[in-house]
Amino acid sequence: MPEMNIVQAVNSALDIMLEKDPDVIFFGEDAGYFGGVFRTSDGLQEKHGKHRVFDTPLSEGGIAAIAFGMGINGLRPVAEIQFADYIFPAYDQIVNEIAKVRHRSGGEFWCPLTIRTPAGGGIRGGHHHSQSPESQFTHTSGINVVYTSTPYNSKGLLISAIESNDPVVVFEPKRCYRGPFYGDPHNVPTWKDHPEAEVPEAHYTVPLGKARLAMEGTECTVISWGAMVHVSEQAIKNCGISCDLIDLQTLVPWDKDAIIKSIEKTGRCVIVHEAPKTSGFGAEMAASVQERCFYHLEAPIERVTGWDTPFPHTTEWDYMPSPARIADAIMKTMEE
Amino acid sequence: MAAKKKKQVTLHVPSAPFRPGDKASFAPFENEPGDLPRPNPIKCTASETTDHAYGLVRVLDFDGNASGPWDPELTPDELREGLEHMVRMRIFDDRMMKMQRTGKLSFYMRSFGEEAVAIAQTMALENQDWIFPTYRQPGAQFVRGRDMVSMINHCIGNVEDNVKGRQMPVHYTYRDGRFISVSSPVGTQFSQAVGVAMASQYKALDECCITWIGDGSSAEGDYHYALNFASVFKPPVILNIVNNQWAISTHANLASGNPTFAARGLAYNVPSMRVDGNDFLALYAVTKWARQRAAAGEGATHIEVLTYRAGAHSSSDDPSRYRPGDEHEAWPGGDPVDRLVQHLVAIGEWSEKQQKELEERVDGEVMAAYKEAVTYGDLANGPYPSADTIFTEVYEEVPWHLQEQWDEMKKWSVD
Repeated sequence: MPEMNIVQAVNSALDIMLEKDPDVIFFGEDAGYFGGVFRTSDGLQEKHGKHRVFDTPLSEGGIAAIAFGMGINGLRPVAEIQFADYIFPAYDQIVNEIAKVRHRSGGEFWCPLTIRTPAGGGIRGGHHHSQSPESQFTHTSGINVVYTSTPYNSKGLLISAIESNDPVVVFEPKRCYRGPFYGDPHNVPTWKDHPEAEVPEAHYTVPLGKARLAMEGTECTVISWGAMVHVSEQAIKNCGISCDLIDLQTLVPWDKDAIIKSIEKTGRCVIVHEAPKTSGFGAEMAASVQERCFYHLEAPIERVTGWDTPFPHTTEWDYMPSPARIADAIMKTMEE
Repeated sequence: MAAKKKKQVTLHVPSAPFRPGDKASFAPFENEPGDLPRPNPIKCTASETTDHAYGLVRVLDFDGNASGPWDPELTPDELREGLEHMVRMRIFDDRMMKMQRTGKLSFYMRSFGEEAVAIAQTMALENQDWIFPTYRQPGAQFVRGRDMVSMINHCIGNVEDNVKGRQMPVHYTYRDGRFISVSSPVGTQFSQAVGVAMASQYKALDECCITWIGDGSSAEGDYHYALNFASVFKPPVILNIVNNQWAISTHANLASGNPTFAARGLAYNVPSMRVDGNDFLALYAVTKWARQRAAAGEGATHIEVLTYRAGAHSSSDDPSRYRPGDEHEAWPGGDPVDRLVQHLVAIGEWSEKQQKELEERVDGEVMAAYKEAVTYGDLANGPYPSADTIFTEVYEEVPWHLQEQWDEMKKWSVD
């Protein structure tokens, strides 16, 4: 099976869907001729034509709005927002329009669009190339929210998102585009030899709404998504506690069965995300776990998150959750 | 009822005029210096600027002679000052780029080919006027007297960085020079500058605000908000579109279906000009004119600064993947530094020898500033601003929940 990094896996998913479905079109800033600033659409304009893979004006609000218009008129648009930090001019279109059109029209109109966007820190991107704004979208009904972590799930989830008849916002962990991130900025591995980098050439899906059990254990359940899945993996290895590591993959709708099954087994729960703590999706997870698994819990639920501050430039390693912080949280749950 | 299929099924998507492997060619400038009148800045209507919005205001010809009603008649000392700032910008950029390649900065953006823009335009203003820049106008700081060591400290994110390592390089803040903080999201400053000017107007102060946006970012809503609010409230604001023709890989023909950006201002009833952005004198003159309007309570001026992005978008960019590479040499506007040198030589106020001496002196000053700045640390080696700076100045005072997280962070800090 071929080995791919996330950039290649995303490219492959787009390529397959453009090939398969003439209603699929792909566009974004620098995404056409140039193939995207992260190269995720490299070669696709040449292969599929300028009318199907194209550059747009620098206008995120406009990109989301035309995707909406195309979607309700029968196309299956896939739009790239160059950095998740730049999605906010599109926020009104996504929250008030895209998310609500099926409902507001009594089901007469719907919008099968996908917005994919690189998110998260670890690339010295400072305030505006590092944020992880997933919870600003999970709070809105009518859109599904995906956060990928590996080449395999980046391709499979993107295909599922494009094939979905509902709008999907897909966050991709840009720090992991060319290799997993284990929390040590000086260690820059590639995806080579990583089992999740074995990616079929052909069409396949990773279903929306299903989590991935990244590690299996008995003592504690660690729930994470995006780049933090790999940092959590490192933390679990470092502390030596037997943990289930659940890579949530889809945040809305999240995989209730996988979470309940794991917590009922371990009785302990640590939630890890790099977005700020307050109103982060970890809060939703923690509340849901206690609602559904309270009598199985042996210890208070722990959250390890980015701080409630803007994302810094030079001190980003003090901002992002580290293996040490995550391991400490796991050990805390073990004290009970 | 479903529509019938038409013959033509292709979406219209403009192509860039040239790509790698192509030979770039540009239409020569249609206007000569002296072609366009200089209207009275007071009571000038938008429609009186129609020719200026579709044409090109020029002062310098390509032999270095200045002429026409827009000649600002600067003194040789003023011209030499402008030249020194531009030379400094270029040498400073080259030094920073070299440092970026060695890891002392995470990232850098040069002003190469566009040095005249911020420098001539800021020189045309008064010192009390506000500057609301993008990342391509750092040169305004030289005009306002910022120390290079302080600028480098910011770029290399060391302990002396006045924005405390929080922002990426080139995202300067310089309040003493009334140079407002640069933000990465493109276009946002354009409409904010209108608010800055409205505050000046409200306070009845003799100050205006100058701002810039790119050709690419003028596709953002902020551009249109700015023009509309400026049209309605008539604040003292100077709204510049720097049309350097490229937004990373995206050519200006994808930013607007109107090949003349300046003309868009006419529809908002804002007097609009298009100016040769590599002609220091024309830029200075048009900006001075706009400032006169602002000071007289006549409101906004919209200026398209026509130039060419001679370098890469940033240190992360490789333009050879999307454009020929040497095409800036064919740009009819030439190079802004060379053209001012040519003018000074033509009027007998400068020589090749003096230029060489200037470059050597400025290079020495930049090198000395660099050497001093790295003694305070750099991104590759530290020391960095303390991680405590993550928590300070989020609010005026630290709220309890941030204090709690701050205490937690201290247990784990890697700095």
